[in-house]
Amino acid sequence: MTTQSPQRHSHLDDLEAESIHIFREVAASFQHPVMLYSIGKDSSVLLHLLRKAFFPARPPMPLLHVDTTWKFREMIAFRDEVAAAGDVEVLVHINEEGVRQGISPQTHGATVHTDVMKTLALKQALDKYRFDAAIGGARRDEEKSRAKERIFSFRNAQHRWDPKSQRPEFWHTYNTHIRKGESVRVFPLSNWTEMDVWLYIQRENIPVVPLYFAKPRPVVERDGALIMADDDRFLLQPDETVQMREVRFRTLGCYPLTGAVESSASTLAEIIDEMARSRSSERQGRVIDQDPSASMERKKQEGYF
Amino acid sequence: MATGTVTPTEVSASNAKRLLRFITCGSVDDGKSTLLGRLLYDAGMVPEDQLAVLTRDSRKLHAELGDKLDFSLLTDGLDAERQQGITIDVAYRYFHTARRSFIVADCPGHEQYTRNMATGASNAELAVVLVDARKGLLTQTRRHTYICGLLGIRQVVLAVNKMDLVGYDQAVYDAIADEYCVLAKDLGIARVQCLPVVAPTGENVGTRSSCMTWYDGPCLLELLESTDATIAQADDFRMPVQWVSRPDQSFRGYAGTICGGRVTCGDEVIVQPGVQRARIERIVTASGDLLSASSGQAVTLCLDRELDASRGDVIAAALRPAPVADQFNCHLLWMGDAVLLPNRTYVLKIGTREVNARVMSIKHKVDVNTQAKLAARHLELNEVGYCTMGMDGAIAFESFATNPTLGGFILIDRQSNATVACGMLDYALGRSSNVQWQHVDIDKVVRGRSKGQHPLCLWFTGLSGAGKSTIANLVERRLHVLGYHTYLLDGDNVRHGINKDLGFTPEDRVENIRRIAEVAHLMVDAGLIVLVSVISPYRSERRSARELFAEGEFMEVFVDTPLEECERRDAKGLYQKARAGLIRNFTGIDAPYERPESPDVHLHSSGQHAEHLAEQLTERLLAGIAAPHDVVDGDTEESAE
Repeated sequence: MTTQSPQRHSHLDDLEAESIHIFREVAASFQHPVMLYSIGKDSSVLLHLLRKAFFPARPPMPLLHVDTTWKFREMIAFRDEVAAAGDVEVLVHINEEGVRQGISPQTHGATVHTDVMKTLALKQALDKYRFDAAIGGARRDEEKSRAKERIFSFRNAQHRWDPKSQRPEFWHTYNTHIRKGESVRVFPLSNWTEMDVWLYIQRENIPVVPLYFAKPRPVVERDGALIMADDDRFLLQPDETVQMREVRFRTLGCYPLTGAVESSASTLAEIIDEMARSRSSERQGRVIDQDPSASMERKKQEGYF
Repeated sequence: MATGTVTPTEVSASNAKRLLRFITCGSVDDGKSTLLGRLLYDAGMVPEDQLAVLTRDSRKLHAELGDKLDFSLLTDGLDAERQQGITIDVAYRYFHTARRSFIVADCPGHEQYTRNMATGASNAELAVVLVDARKGLLTQTRRHTYICGLLGIRQVVLAVNKMDLVGYDQAVYDAIADEYCVLAKDLGIARVQCLPVVAPTGENVGTRSSCMTWYDGPCLLELLESTDATIAQADDFRMPVQWVSRPDQSFRGYAGTICGGRVTCGDEVIVQPGVQRARIERIVTASGDLLSASSGQAVTLCLDRELDASRGDVIAAALRPAPVADQFNCHLLWMGDAVLLPNRTYVLKIGTREVNARVMSIKHKVDVNTQAKLAARHLELNEVGYCTMGMDGAIAFESFATNPTLGGFILIDRQSNATVACGMLDYALGRSSNVQWQHVDIDKVVRGRSKGQHPLCLWFTGLSGAGKSTIANLVERRLHVLGYHTYLLDGDNVRHGINKDLGFTPEDRVENIRRIAEVAHLMVDAGLIVLVSVISPYRSERRSARELFAEGEFMEVFVDTPLEECERRDAKGLYQKARAGLIRNFTGIDAPYERPESPDVHLHSSGQHAEHLAEQLTERLLAGIAAPHDVVDGDTEESAE
């Protein structure tokens, strides 16, 4: 075993510093920045970094939650607690037109629901508030087309991403120049892995939605996934029965589209331990990602985060 | 060898270790994506669900492989890449073993995607360069190694791939390795390690090969785990100010990421490019104040006195400040689709500072394939040039080799906002700091008043034959009659004298406009009303001209005559010659005219008499240029200072 020369900063320290640098560049370079807040663990880390980046000042940008109206109840409760803390403004946007049309993941399917209640809703919100920079929690280790994306990712006035002609990006010197109507999506967690996120949550003692921790929950088995019956809108299909199983979630989204995993990991240490032994990827539980292999690339081109 | 599952204790141990950021690059078909995919697989980083997709896709795309897997599919992410079987843009992958965490940037090898390769190389400490054992070193190998060296990578691992296809022959490997070591040394790569591999089967990738017992070094994964890639850190304390934090009257802090050295409370610092000094009072972070902080940390510094510091300034050690200059020599990697034109103004971003800058001269360009130095008047996509840059203001900087953050910069096109170049600063030119502005007592306002006018530049732009000079001439005659002091600077006339040496190429047009603008600026400074009549086809240069003048001193007049009308008039017979191919680079025929987007005055000349347009324009001017006559002397309140 070779002795390493003493390192002044750990891997997590480096990642944290890089993310803080990115937050500050956004705040200093754009007129109307916003942080997209999806209530999941990555958003929890993002919010923690946002507060750290501008301490002792309050964060100089609001949070925006695009509410599809199908999130887990515990997520909404968690979001409302964040808003109640009062140091940061939380904007909530719902595509009311979609609500009037009664768009639902259960009757219209994952694709239509996501297009209308997430992608379209996000574009509506960005246009409504004229945000010119939107910070998101996507990580490059999540998915192949994300692995290709720049940290400052340019969007045209129609919010479209052109993966074939991305701006080159050097060192930590980011090009923040855009024209009116255009915008950038910014990803401070680009270089974080799922494991880094959990280790950081543990180190910094960051609150996350309780759904990440295992406990007995009412679920049905559907197409190989465990779907939780979170409220009375849940439609039981023939020959399905709701069972109490000890489960937790690796990612969070709309409850009818989010698969749980059987687990007994009920503490951060147990989650990290379980993940180190895991042989499946994080987004496996997401019904919307199970489409043809490159579907995320298509969704992103159309304006999805 | 660490493959498969990693236990939690190993994870937390790897967390304390330093990350290795590396890139992989190689020529088309060298098997780069396959090598990387295999590396991830051997490190146990391909989850079961991704493995299932890989198996499915391998069968779909490569029926001929049977049950074998195409590991390259793990890394090529874009639809277009999978269809064409090439890498277009950098893909970042994250993996760890028991001993280390890695971020690998899988870089494209095609020359047309050089900018994407350079993007990957800019944040890497090490490069894995791949060659095909059957082909040996190629032009691309040389180019990739050169780009790595240019972007500051000092350590390369050469992987000689497809050894199975040369019968695992040691002589083949040795010849390639020897040749490469010589090449890398030429290109400034300090450290080279070579190894023979077979990517699809993973021989010498994750495990040692039994077919190449003559090679007794480590496999690739072992090598990456154990290599010491510590980059020499800059010693002197430097921090570019990103953000000034002022939550209330009691707190004022300068937030930024330290990019060199160490700072301790009580240290004396200087805010550059200025000369104000202060001491560090507090080093603030959300986790509590620090006694000292070092390179790589994002902090907020509080000083012991109020200074005028803002974003873009550099806080540096007072005893060892950074050099300050407004001209320097550098290498530029040009990535714009349009060519780099010397003397055109671009935005230069270095650290957190943005400043207008231009390439004053291209000393030479470097053939990226042979590194031969060639003469050049402009740079095209993916070309590298050694250039002198000049900036509108002085900046604090370091050479790129000393401090990449304060020595690496990007250029941004002011029209398209595209990132058109990255630059690696070499050294400053002494002459800039020795030439200073000489103060004069009689200024523009005084000179103008003695003529009873507010000086002004009227810039007429439009196609050849649009009527610019005709209208400008009529306006000048009218102003002259009214007693104003004017001068008509005509584009054609200027080419007989000060711009005699310039032709009509894009490079020369840029310089032509720059000189005319500077001359017009001097004349306005002399108190005159200057009428400039010149095609000035580029938005960028018209904008640069405007920026020389104070607010309200420059008026862009667009003489908008349709091309057909100009051609019909053809007073000088030039369009006829251009159509016949006797004149090249003729605006509107085989050279572009970029219409003004928001001119101050838009003259639609079709169907209007020049006299009428000139009269309209003159009426509009009169209110603005009249000033009370002041012939006594310069002893007014404004000039008393």
